[in-house]
Amino acid sequence: MTDYTHHHWEITSERSLFDLKLKDTWEYRDLLWLLVRRDFVSFYKQTILGPLWFFIQPLFTTIIYTFVFGNIAGISTDALPKPLFYMAGITAWNYFSDCITKTSTVFRDNATIFGKVYFPRLIMPLSIVISNLVRFGVQMLLFFLFMGYYALQGAAIHLNIYALLFPLLIFLMAALGLGAGMIISALTTKYRDLAFLVTFGIQLLMYATTVIYPLTSAPVKYKWLIIANPITAIIETFRFGFLGTGSFGWPMLGYSTLLTLVILICGILIFTKVEKNFVDTV
Amino acid sequence: MPAAIKVKNLSKAYQLGQIGTGTLQSDFKRWYAKARGKEDPFLKIGETNDRTVKGTSDIIWSLKDINFEIEQGNAVGIIGRNGAGKSTLLKILSRVTAPTTGIITGNGRIASLLEVGTGFHPELTGKENIYLNGAILGMRKKEIKRKFDAIVDFAGVDRYIDTPVKRYSSGMYVRLAFAVAAYLESEILIVDEVLAVGDAEFQKKCLGKMNDVSKGEGRTVLFVSHNMGAVQQLCSECIYLKNGFISLTGPTKLVIGKYLLSDNNQSSQWIRHDNYFDNEYFTIEKIATVDESLSEKAVFTNNKKIGVRIEGYVKKLNSSVVIGIAIYNQDGHLLFWSTNTDKNTSEWTSLKEKYNKLVMWIPQHFLNEGSYRIECIVAIHFREWIIEPEKNSPIIYFNIEGGLSESPNWLTSRPGLLAPIINYEKLED
Repeated sequence: MTDYTHHHWEITSERSLFDLKLKDTWEYRDLLWLLVRRDFVSFYKQTILGPLWFFIQPLFTTIIYTFVFGNIAGISTDALPKPLFYMAGITAWNYFSDCITKTSTVFRDNATIFGKVYFPRLIMPLSIVISNLVRFGVQMLLFFLFMGYYALQGAAIHLNIYALLFPLLIFLMAALGLGAGMIISALTTKYRDLAFLVTFGIQLLMYATTVIYPLTSAPVKYKWLIIANPITAIIETFRFGFLGTGSFGWPMLGYSTLLTLVILICGILIFTKVEKNFVDTV
Repeated sequence: MPAAIKVKNLSKAYQLGQIGTGTLQSDFKRWYAKARGKEDPFLKIGETNDRTVKGTSDIIWSLKDINFEIEQGNAVGIIGRNGAGKSTLLKILSRVTAPTTGIITGNGRIASLLEVGTGFHPELTGKENIYLNGAILGMRKKEIKRKFDAIVDFAGVDRYIDTPVKRYSSGMYVRLAFAVAAYLESEILIVDEVLAVGDAEFQKKCLGKMNDVSKGEGRTVLFVSHNMGAVQQLCSECIYLKNGFISLTGPTKLVIGKYLLSDNNQSSQWIRHDNYFDNEYFTIEKIATVDESLSEKAVFTNNKKIGVRIEGYVKKLNSSVVIGIAIYNQDGHLLFWSTNTDKNTSEWTSLKEKYNKLVMWIPQHFLNEGSYRIECIVAIHFREWIIEPEKNSPIIYFNIEGGLSESPNWLTSRPGLLAPIINYEKLED
């Protein structure tokens, strides 16, 4: 008979705060990919347009923003073509907001499956962030198409070396959405009130971010608030790298990175703390 | 041999009632007590998980100070009434929820099957779901790949493997889901009542597979079920949980016997005390098992006939009313139905208006030793059920012990559902 003693385990009521089960999570990496695949496949099953739907949403939002904020309200777009300006903001913002909204309901959405089988719970929010990345990638393609089109039209687009910061920006958006989402999800398992605030709060947050206006034309009175918002630096850097306009500064980006890391670590800590008993209260 | 699972002082408390209003306040009190090094003011010691008794606090102990050890390669059944803490125990063992106090240690990978088909996505095909479900249960992709053919074969869904599972019949769905779990490469398998779904043939197949797992492959199996027949077939040992405590552990047969007898709901008589069973044709007032002198009795010897007395009230006489009983053995298997209209029409036992007393006799030397359950049948022939066994029938129990035969060769109980004494004639050449 095989000797199983090498596979020793222990279940107790108390677990160290810093026992994050990262090793367990790594063991389940296949599940992560399968969940991402599931999300992607089930999204367009039984639709006629299939993955095209990934394009349609940002496209329409861009058109509406161009019309409402650009033409009616006449908000400055830093001398960029309006659709291109909004699309840059929307693409980046959508990724962040998808990550945070989906992650913030992860316990409730998966209560049945979490109640029946154990796997490292961290897998679920991670799979959400990665699934959204697929969608984000598709939307980036659309953004590049727009860029190409306007470049040919002779618009003043200055793709520059800072575009190489793109991977860092993706990481920051994902980490921020994941971290904040996990904190919210942990709090909502017991007190549902917060869930109502999330959708509403994210909408408000968008207006405190430079999605529909450039930082340069933000009101001076509230500028500190907009800069304190860590997503502002991400979106500004994104625009600056790809389009050549926007406010970029290392201190601003450094501050965003630091805050994001703090939120991510807090998120993981709180999430793993709540995870072991949430089934009893959700 | 090392213990596969070792449970020490395990307890689990649940909070009763609404979570939400007032929880923030009590959470704060709890936190404050903890910060001062005091005990949790909401956890009262000494309260038990008896649902019939109203407790004084909002905390209920679903499990209280449980200790046991399971040796590697054993198949152990966990039995007990609903709410005894069986599922809680399995949930803690599968790490779905954490214990309140206590520690469990063990060796070997655990795979738990608390539900069939957890994480199945209706839009995905059978194949995609095998991979997804397998990964959720803890398998690596290459492991699933290796066992893929065996899984499909066991489930018998070869033709539909590329069809979304939402188009599957419920039987196919369950078969596929069980098949994935059955091929898990774990050293410890935890199974909760999953056999309640699926048809008899499938249940047999599952039990067979679990038998292979424990006996053939030397893996440890923990099995919760209300089906005593299945427990007896699969498990060598049993743990009997009662109100969150371990009432008894030991060899399966002993524990099951004790469980069936000690259950305090198992009375040999039933008397109506609400109007739930009211109807025009035959309202059952009382059922009891009686001996030959018509006095009520719960334990019989097998050399005396056993009477089942049914008393009932008829408001409106109807010649199509059928009265009868259904008898089940201790494994829950139906042995037979019998009614007052089983004979030639001229011999039917007819009812009269107002109060009726009937008695039906189960012959001596017919059933084997054991515990039996009686449920009632009241129906209007071919039209409707009034009292239907396993649906809305009152239940009584009786036991047969001893009196099996006069023969010196047959003193102790024999295997088998029945224990008739049959004539052996010698034929002349």
